Amino acid sequence: MIGALMDDFLIRAALAGLGVALAAAPLGCFVVWRRMAYFGDATAHASILGIALALGFGMSVFAGALVVALAMAMAVSTLSGRGVAMDTLLGVLAHSALAFGLVAVSFLQGVRIDLMGYLFGDILAVSKTDLAVIWGGAVLVVALLAWRWQALLTATLSSDLAQASGIDPRREQLGLTLALAVVVAVAIKVVGVLLIAAMLIIPAAAARPLAGTPERMAAVAVGLAALAALAGVEGSFVLDTPTGPTIVCVAAAIFALTSSLAALRRTVARR
Amino acid sequence: MSLVETRGLTVRIGRNRILDHVDFAIEKGEIVTIVGPNGSGKSTLLRALIGAVAPSEGEVTRAPGLRIGYVPQRLHIDPTLPMTVGRFLSLPRRQSAVDLRMALEAAGLPDLGGRQMGDLSGGQFQRVLLARALMEKPDLLILDEATQGLDQPGSAAFYRRIEEVRQEMGCAVLMVSHELHVVMSASDRVVCLNGHVCCEGQPEHVAQAEEYRALFGSGTQGALALYRHDHDHEHAGCVGGHDHAHDGCGHGHDQEHQYGATR
Repeated sequence: MIGALMDDFLIRAALAGLGVALAAAPLGCFVVWRRMAYFGDATAHASILGIALALGFGMSVFAGALVVALAMAMAVSTLSGRGVAMDTLLGVLAHSALAFGLVAVSFLQGVRIDLMGYLFGDILAVSKTDLAVIWGGAVLVVALLAWRWQALLTATLSSDLAQASGIDPRREQLGLTLALAVVVAVAIKVVGVLLIAAMLIIPAAAARPLAGTPERMAAVAVGLAALAALAGVEGSFVLDTPTGPTIVCVAAAIFALTSSLAALRRTVARR
Repeated sequence: MSLVETRGLTVRIGRNRILDHVDFAIEKGEIVTIVGPNGSGKSTLLRALIGAVAPSEGEVTRAPGLRIGYVPQRLHIDPTLPMTVGRFLSLPRRQSAVDLRMALEAAGLPDLGGRQMGDLSGGQFQRVLLARALMEKPDLLILDEATQGLDQPGSAAFYRRIEEVRQEMGCAVLMVSHELHVVMSASDRVVCLNGHVCCEGQPEHVAQAEEYRALFGSGTQGALALYRHDHDHEHAGCVGGHDHAHDGCGHGHDQEHQYGATR
């Protein structure tokens, strides 16, 4: 029964979308709280370079993306502690990583046609193996976040508060960096390199007006991301539109809705 | 053994030497106030004590298993991070509902558990920061200019609360102030810092030697007292073997004196 269901490419696509939503949404909350949006972008964009290298050396695309995303995330994480002008540096790194990746891909024979798939995702072509990798990565990330939740929150509030309580904020930052690289690697198939940061940030931002505590914000973000994934897969099938961008469009619409509701509520409260 | 001790602590940040061979220790149950002008390294010393700043030279020794309650100078909570008062008190360790209620009552904020941190007044916010620091029953409470941004009645009330806390919990308290004229009368020791330890001693001695009366009088029930340096004084109130001349101290007291004179 389940085996038969899994043979349906739409079901596989939906499951892949849900897997990414599950991991990206709570991690995205930390990305938003810690103002790491550009950091996510740089990491995601760097992964195209990893894809090019993986294809060139005949390795798994997932492994290549993971390694390069991790290297980029670590580099940025290390530099961030040194008082470099961060937004400029991240802007330089994010776009040059993407450009180098695109140039590297162009050197490879026969993969030019697949480029769109890596840039914007190819969720309808998700195999059972891909699905296992996506869910494996998602469970890993969620488990890490759940395990370190209290320490991560404390370090996010203030590294000094964390330090005084015996929490090493650099260690927690490293955990987030690892999680980010994993999410980037598993999300490539679903939304593509260009739109991974959207899956991190938009559900979290959309959940903000609906939440009074960090836990609630993470939970609501997962729900909204799952909704966007399912509606996006369905919508792209009906409208014959690219799936990754459609998912992000739905997420953006949800964000617009919750933000307007919050603005409306504030206006009413003021009267 | 001291709760925390530094020996020859030197901290350089970039090319600047923020702390220069600071020897400092605080004992169980002691209240110590660190005073000094802006940029004298007070916050850096505290951050070195909690381990947030690595010594460039010298060492910092913390008693094994030491629990520190830290109240930062200020805490910015990003507006994207929803945080109720109750949730904040449960960081970094989850607290039971009973403990939370008791902590809120002790802080004088019984009904604010569900309030967002961003919606608190300055005084309420400081009391919540203090309440959080006390949740783990610390051996050492560290306050970094905790009354900055509070008005005089507000900071007087805050200092009274600190005294209560010390009496109830018996923890050591280490406070920092850049206001030389404001130190707790209950301080066991006052340390004057300006990159290095200029001078330290009992506040009573200092106050007597300096012939200055309490600045804030009975309105604060004695929680605030005047402690004032003269430029030409002999450090009569200071104890310890400070045989070096204080010429190099350069406290820049003009501002504080002016402040005192306008009262």
